[in-house]
Amino acid sequence: MPDHTVTAYDEELTALKSRIAEMGGLAETIVSNSVTALVTQDLTLAQSMIEHDVRLDELQQDVEIKLIEIIARRQPMGSDLREIMAAGRIANDLERVGDLAKNVAKRVIAIDNDLQSKKLSIGVEHIAELALAQLKQVLDAYTKRDAVSARNVRERDSEIDAIYTSLFRELLTYMMEDPRNITQCAHLLFCAKNIERIGDHATNIAENVYWMTTGERLADERPKVDETGVTDKENA
Amino acid sequence: MSDTIASTDAAATAGPRKGSLLVLDKRTRKRNAAEARFRLMGQIAVTIGVLALVGLLTSILMNGLSSFRQTYIQVSVYLDPAKLDKNGNRNLEDIAKVTTFGYAPLLKKALADKMAKEGISIEGLSEKDAAALISKEAPADLRRYVLAHPTSIGKTVSFNLLASGRIDGYYKGRVTMESAKLDRNVSPQQLMLADKLKADGVLTTRFNWEFFTAPDASDTRPEAAGLGVAILGSAYMMLVVLVLSLPLGVAASIYLEEFAPQNALTDLIEVNIANLAAVPSIVFGILGLAVFINFAGLPQSAPIVGGLVLTLMTLPTIIIATRAALKAVPPSIRDAALGVGASKMQSVFHHVLPLAMPGILTGTIIGLAQALGETAPLLLIGMVAFVREYPGAPPEGFFDPASALPVQVYNWTQRGDPAFVERASGAIIVLLVFLVLMNLIAIILRRRFERRW
Amino acid sequence: MNQMTEVEQKAVEMLNEPKIVARNVQVYYGDTHAIKDVDVDIPAQSVTAFIGPSGCGKSTFLRTLNRMNDTIDICRVEGDILIDGEDVYDPKVDPVQLRAKVGMVFQKPNPFPKSIYDNVAYGPRIHGLSRNKTELDEIVTSSLQKAGLWDEVKDRLDAPGTGLSGGQQQRLCIARAIAVNPEIILMDEPCSALDPIATAKVEELIDELRENYTIVIVTHSMQQAARVSQRTAFFHLGVLVEEGPTEDIFTNPHDKRTQDYITGRFG
Repeated sequence: MPDHTVTAYDEELTALKSRIAEMGGLAETIVSNSVTALVTQDLTLAQSMIEHDVRLDELQQDVEIKLIEIIARRQPMGSDLREIMAAGRIANDLERVGDLAKNVAKRVIAIDNDLQSKKLSIGVEHIAELALAQLKQVLDAYTKRDAVSARNVRERDSEIDAIYTSLFRELLTYMMEDPRNITQCAHLLFCAKNIERIGDHATNIAENVYWMTTGERLADERPKVDETGVTDKENA
Repeated sequence: MSDTIASTDAAATAGPRKGSLLVLDKRTRKRNAAEARFRLMGQIAVTIGVLALVGLLTSILMNGLSSFRQTYIQVSVYLDPAKLDKNGNRNLEDIAKVTTFGYAPLLKKALADKMAKEGISIEGLSEKDAAALISKEAPADLRRYVLAHPTSIGKTVSFNLLASGRIDGYYKGRVTMESAKLDRNVSPQQLMLADKLKADGVLTTRFNWEFFTAPDASDTRPEAAGLGVAILGSAYMMLVVLVLSLPLGVAASIYLEEFAPQNALTDLIEVNIANLAAVPSIVFGILGLAVFINFAGLPQSAPIVGGLVLTLMTLPTIIIATRAALKAVPPSIRDAALGVGASKMQSVFHHVLPLAMPGILTGTIIGLAQALGETAPLLLIGMVAFVREYPGAPPEGFFDPASALPVQVYNWTQRGDPAFVERASGAIIVLLVFLVLMNLIAIILRRRFERRW
Repeated sequence: MNQMTEVEQKAVEMLNEPKIVARNVQVYYGDTHAIKDVDVDIPAQSVTAFIGPSGCGKSTFLRTLNRMNDTIDICRVEGDILIDGEDVYDPKVDPVQLRAKVGMVFQKPNPFPKSIYDNVAYGPRIHGLSRNKTELDEIVTSSLQKAGLWDEVKDRLDAPGTGLSGGQQQRLCIARAIAVNPEIILMDEPCSALDPIATAKVEELIDELRENYTIVIVTHSMQQAARVSQRTAFFHLGVLVEEGPTEDIFTNPHDKRTQDYITGRFG
């Protein structure tokens, strides 16, 4: 696509894009480090991730301001309009991703060395890996304007849902096995739910990337595999 | 790091300070000087123009204003029935048989009586020489009076008789005692008599109405020459020009400007109209002579022919002015009219023409003024002839011989007696007054139309 | 009952049928091919906007709709332009009659240099739409009211129309167009000479007029097209590039040229 006649407009859009990329990188870091902190019971790391999230919030506000400025000054149309609307929504999603990851980090502090069995956290680690991969891929799709890749991300969200469901059952089993596990498992369950939500946000981002690049909305055919019901409501 | 970059950038864009606004640089000084020089040149040009105009007007006014005053001799004339009506039956036909030669002695006697009564006598001045103070036109005037009032025969009537051209010239500074000594037509004694008559109030100078009403007079009677026939002739011609050229010119312009297709033919017509405006006016005279007089058989010297010729001459001016005025009407007005469903003709007549009216009127009046002052073509169609008879009332009057103002001027400048120079200048003043009046009318009409829109 | 449904059906059909249909329209200025192969349907009682860069032919095409191009000698139109199914370039059609049905408002407000009243009354007068002064007064009043100008000028109908402000003049021109009771109103960049507030008033008026008239508007301002129109057509180099619902054209145009134009990427 050729450049705008007004080059300052291009610069503003580029700045917006790089700000989203920065947010994406930060969100990934917070997610991966929070999960690591959870698994390794690293309180310092968890603490630092909580601080990272503050920066992410700042970036999101910054994006919002830039967005309003562009709308006011340039009256964007067509693909530009879609791009900046998508950027706003993606920034929101990323901010939420940061919040959810921060919640995981907070739980590390709450559990506080109580994690007796590494076995319990393996499932959480697994679902986190998947969610992180989704997030990475959707951010790549955003920077490359890759609608196909974005659609793939959305389709793979059901995998995370499925794993979450099985993890739910697994943790439930642990709790029934030994009531001493209940506190831990409850914490882990919340963490898993947060991570599953991160996956949902990745899906949202994918939908926005697809809309931004093609101008069309993905048909709502994605089956929602969530049989846990109760916990879902709690975290929504 | 980033701070330093920012500051250098700012310096680069703002640029260094270049000189002070309070000090003029070399270029500005040169430019200002050139401007001052040009203004001065313009002022000089305007001054020269104004001086030329003032000089021209002064010379014309100096020469011509005196023609509006005329010297008269007031005497009581006894209309002797023995001489005017020998049969004594007051029959008009019989009275008419007495020529002006029969009236001259009456005047001679009346003046002599008057001189005797006032006790005026000049040594070496015969009665005949004294009578020469009275214009040769006076007996004719007297005869006209008697023919108009036959009952006055046998009575003594007081008359204001025209003084002869030389006596008139004496009071206008044209004739002096010195020049009279060398002049065959007037003697110093006559002038002395005139002075005495003036002292006694017999000889007076007053406003010359006859200048506007009297017809032309012969070479020997400049004091009787007037513009009556010329003014009437010019008025008739202007009427013909106005009635013919305004509708023709405006119709042609509207058609060419608004309706005619753009093609080779209309281009040709346009070029020819522009060229016609530049054709020397004498060519129109030849055309008029060939077409209107020789071919169509219209009478010579007639205002109708003059009017037709001047119409041909004025048409291009009016067409060009009208087209310019039509062009000056913004196309948005035409669009607006067409946009509400007006036809082409409605848009032209309801909107374009009224807006163009001031311009059209100006063009027409300029054309008329041009025609009023035109001489050359009129010479060729015989308007230069010596006409003493007034043309009749329109429409027959259009076919009667007449003169025209500029032709009259031309005519008088050809004559020998210096008194005619004064008359010619006077005629020019009359012509100028008419032109000024026409321009005034143009301005008034324009004002009125512009106020309406 | 049966008749009622038939009438209703007809009404529905009328609504669905486009007011103006252009098929394969070509316009030539001498040797220049100014408009190429334009096909477009303009629905009734809606606002259709023509956008495009200067010289793209949008104004030219607009002027073919009421045959204003007839006044230009070298202009030639081919193809079909149907209004209510009738070809406006049929030899039997009198352009003057056509223009009473298809009114026009121009770029520069061009009131006649006459009184406000006479400006509006001119059209009805020449078309004989009123039998007496009272009827004419009514037409003038209602036209000015529809144009949203009545309250501003009711006390000075004798004042010259040229003495109004630019926005008022343009609304006076719209009132003048409405006064002859047209079915279609063409507007050639009606707000390009107006300030934003006057523009907003005219746009509001256009939106109100949509109920009773089919409006086609040419505009340089994409924002204006987006604001007032239901359908938008993008012209480029004499070609109708894309035509569709306004929201689609401005959020998700299909043609790359449209995309480049509306996002400000035209080289």
